[in-house]
Amino acid sequence: MTQDYQNQKPVVLDVLAAHQAMPGNLLPILHGIQDNLGYIPADAVADIAAALNLSRAEVHGVISFYHYFRTTPPGKHVVRICRAESCQAMNGRTLEKHATQMLGIDFHETTADERFSLEAVYCLGNCACSPAITIDGDIYGRVTPEKFDQLIAACKGAQ
Amino acid sequence: MTRVFVSRDSTALSLGAGLVAKTLATEAQAKNLTIDIVRNGSRGMFWLEPLVEVETAQGRVAYGPVQAADIPALLDAGMLEGKQHPLFLGNIEQLPYFKNQNRLTFARVGITDPVSLDDYIAHEGYRGLKNALAMQQTEIVKHVTDSGLRGRGGAAFPTGIKWNTVLNSPAEQKYIVCNADEGDSGTFSDRMVMEGDPFVLIEGMTIAGLAVGATQGYIYLRVEYPHAHKALNEAIQAAYQGGYLGDDIQGSGKAFHLEVRLGAGAYICGEETSLLESLEGKRGLVRFKPPLPAIVGLFGKPTIVNNVISLASVPIILDKGGDYYRDYGMGRSRGTLPLQLAGNIKHSGLFEAAFGMTLRELLYDYGGGSASGRPIRAVQVGGPLGAYLYDDQFDTPLDYEAFAAISAVLGHGGIVVHDDTVNMAEMARYAMEFCVEESCGKCTPCRIGSTRGVEVIDRIVADIDKAKNVELLRDLCDTMVCGSLCAMGGMTPYPVLSALNHFPEDFGLQAARA
Ligand SMILES: Cc1cc2nc3c(=O)[nH]c(=O)nc-3n(C[C@H](O)[C@H](O)[C@H](O)COP(=O)(O)O)c2cc1C
Ligand code: SF4
Repeated sequence: MTQDYQNQKPVVLDVLAAHQAMPGNLLPILHGIQDNLGYIPADAVADIAAALNLSRAEVHGVISFYHYFRTTPPGKHVVRICRAESCQAMNGRTLEKHATQMLGIDFHETTADERFSLEAVYCLGNCACSPAITIDGDIYGRVTPEKFDQLIAACKGAQ
Repeated sequence: MTRVFVSRDSTALSLGAGLVAKTLATEAQAKNLTIDIVRNGSRGMFWLEPLVEVETAQGRVAYGPVQAADIPALLDAGMLEGKQHPLFLGNIEQLPYFKNQNRLTFARVGITDPVSLDDYIAHEGYRGLKNALAMQQTEIVKHVTDSGLRGRGGAAFPTGIKWNTVLNSPAEQKYIVCNADEGDSGTFSDRMVMEGDPFVLIEGMTIAGLAVGATQGYIYLRVEYPHAHKALNEAIQAAYQGGYLGDDIQGSGKAFHLEVRLGAGAYICGEETSLLESLEGKRGLVRFKPPLPAIVGLFGKPTIVNNVISLASVPIILDKGGDYYRDYGMGRSRGTLPLQLAGNIKHSGLFEAAFGMTLRELLYDYGGGSASGRPIRAVQVGGPLGAYLYDDQFDTPLDYEAFAAISAVLGHGGIVVHDDTVNMAEMARYAMEFCVEESCGKCTPCRIGSTRGVEVIDRIVADIDKAKNVELLRDLCDTMVCGSLCAMGGMTPYPVLSALNHFPEDFGLQAARA
């Protein structure tokens, strides 16, 4: 068990206890852990498996199936860029390129200073105002490269 | 106290509605004006968002698009009395875009406070449930069957027939599952209902529960919709408190419980059996059918799986009768479809219309043409698995059968517009890439075929053995259509082949459009 997980384990056990009686509880548990810790630590898999009477492979299989669950800590801010058709129709591909260059990382990566993680999403339901991104919990529409820079600068200013 | 409406809809928020509401509150306070800010859903005219509506003696008066910086001037101009200002729009319901819709399912969206039970009831809410509580189960199902409602999630299966199957499958426990995974790019009608009128979905699911004898409902909501999540949970709580959910619905002795469950970013979990697997806590692998979910569904029990819009259309059907709903539409497409104009279109938004309007009317008369001002070149209807259409096909009426006749689909009613800068070979490649990314992995043609598809398109574009590779691509698409268990692999060829057939020049082929 890693040092980190010693601190994280009580959170995982709390989440497991809170969902004990719920039918079909694995996804709610994984959400609960990720909401609290920012990701699902590798060491948590054994605890989840034990609590739900599943094999570790089964739990791991579920975590890896879903794009949203992550197994590494995210940066301070998570930027999600929609890559789907509607956003492409409004210069989304240009925005994607700009964002990766500006942040200096590719999708599914985190900047070296751990400030930003960049994720791809396929539709945010904001297709009437493409291209769309989210930064942490906030959604933005009609995002040009200039607007992207402003939003990133605002994140930097706020820390 | 003057009621002022500023939307809590995600798209309005993405344009700054949150800050508008906040600024309005502080500015009004500074000016000693007492206002009641209602965070409503959106009217769905997103080029006017953030929209501010004021309840005045002359009715509701709208201003838009409003930015926070406009607020002081608007208040000074007399916005609270509905006075003139450059952003003045008057009664929004008189604009042709709104006036010419048939808002049945969206009757309250943008008008009421989405999470106020009182507001819902004051605007004809829960009348369908009241009628349903006085009916036999078969009678409820009959109304839904008579309405002609077909599933709005994509497959257009008659809702009444599905409900009847669940009704006639005896079991101690049955379930109502709402498919709120809305994964198609270019669609947001489910989201708008859940954010703008969550009670109508709750009512629809409750009626479904009564109809088939199910006491537990789940809304499987995509994790990308946090604002819908919040609105649904607020409304569900209010419904429990008001006796509209729980063990004894309105003193009837009948029970219905409802819970929201979150997905985790997998497009395939919108497919109903994958969704059920996910709800059970597993990987979203598509199940073989039969057995149908209506017979062996969630946790092995008879289950109704319906799309948000299907379920949200039920209250008006039970309120006004199946015939009322059926009187809208054409052919075998009855009622209305909430269409979603997205991508490169000037007047993007939600347009609920009776089936039968042509795509061209929608794109030009209401959509106003492209946002860029350039010619519209390609339009994808029905999500990422829908065909790309070109100008000659724009006169097709929005009708399930008319679309099927041109090898296209209406699906969930999403319409993504591309102007003439689009490269259709890139879009075809993207369709294959999307399938690589989102395949559940169960069938080889879908899992591996899509990867090969990307490679073959790359070779065609790079001019390597062009004729041979075009043939190979067609062959591959054929294998995917015939050898896939679900529409993920089975319909990815729709966008690919329609791009190839309608826009061959983008693949470096001779333009020989039939
Ligand atoms: C790959 C794939 C994705 C789908 N995504 C959705 C979705 O996001 N929402 C939805 O309601 N139906 C979706 N469907 C259709 C469902 O399988 C199912 O037909 C629908 O939920 C039934 O409800 P309805 O009859 O009310 O449309 C999808 C189907 C496939 C094959
Ligand atoms: S077609 Fe694709 S997504 Fe559908 S069951 Fe087969 S592998 Fe899974």
